[in-house]
Amino acid sequence: MDWMEIVSALALVMFIIFLIPATRDMMRNSSKGSSEDWMGFVIPIVVVVLFVMLLVKLV
Amino acid sequence: MNQNYSTVAQRSSSAIATNKVLRSTYMLLSLTLLFSCLTAALSMFMNMPPMTYMISVIGGMVIAMFVLPRFANSTAGIGIVFLITGMLGFGLGPILSMYASLPNGGNIITLSLGGTGAIFMGLSAYALATRKDFSFLGGFLMVGFLLVLLAALANIFLQIPAMSLMISAVVIMIMSGFILYDTSRIIQGGETNYVLATIGLYMTIFNIFISLLQILGIMGNDD
Repeated sequence: MDWMEIVSALALVMFIIFLIPATRDMMRNSSKGSSEDWMGFVIPIVVVVLFVMLLVKLV
Repeated sequence: MNQNYSTVAQRSSSAIATNKVLRSTYMLLSLTLLFSCLTAALSMFMNMPPMTYMISVIGGMVIAMFVLPRFANSTAGIGIVFLITGMLGFGLGPILSMYASLPNGGNIITLSLGGTGAIFMGLSAYALATRKDFSFLGGFLMVGFLLVLLAALANIFLQIPAMSLMISAVVIMIMSGFILYDTSRIIQGGETNYVLATIGLYMTIFNIFISLLQILGIMGNDD
């Protein structure tokens, strides 16, 4: 394992530790979405996934 | 009657303020993306070593997390945003040089750039046109992002190429969600600081680009 991988791992650990309180806070304060709200999110994400698959075909 | 006029006046001044934040955000985002391109080109020209990427990303993230929030309400914040985006662009240079040296490297980079632009503009247009409130996504996206970081940490030790591909795919989906969430926050008035809004959107674009490069780089060299 070279030093770059060790530094990357350490940086990721620090970032994760930094994000945990913010994540907990967001989970507590986020509003609940209805099924219609979730469909409004899922459909564009599916379109993005299909678009990326198209890009893979073009390479 | 006077109460109706007052309500209408309040609504239109709120809409004007939101439009101002939107306009300022997209203007600053365009300028920072351009600046990033310039620093990336400079880095490629200088043939910077691969570790430049890691140093630039870590440095940029530290400044974004600890320095920028303190200056976000002053003009110094704009300078700091350019510093962060310039650093991240400079770090991209060695990555782009590596992909450019591949047999169909030019194709991979062009498709990644075009794909990132299309994803960002498409999702932004969707959020702006529908004016849906995506605030319910906040907790879900943050948890997803944390899980991706944990998977990335595990993969540093496991070194599984398929896992790397999966991580990049999930990053694209999560960052797409963040585009909807961040844009919706600006529209709904939840984010009134265009400096913070810009850096949020810039990071999503940066992550989508890097992930697309990785996916297309792996899939493009499978033949």
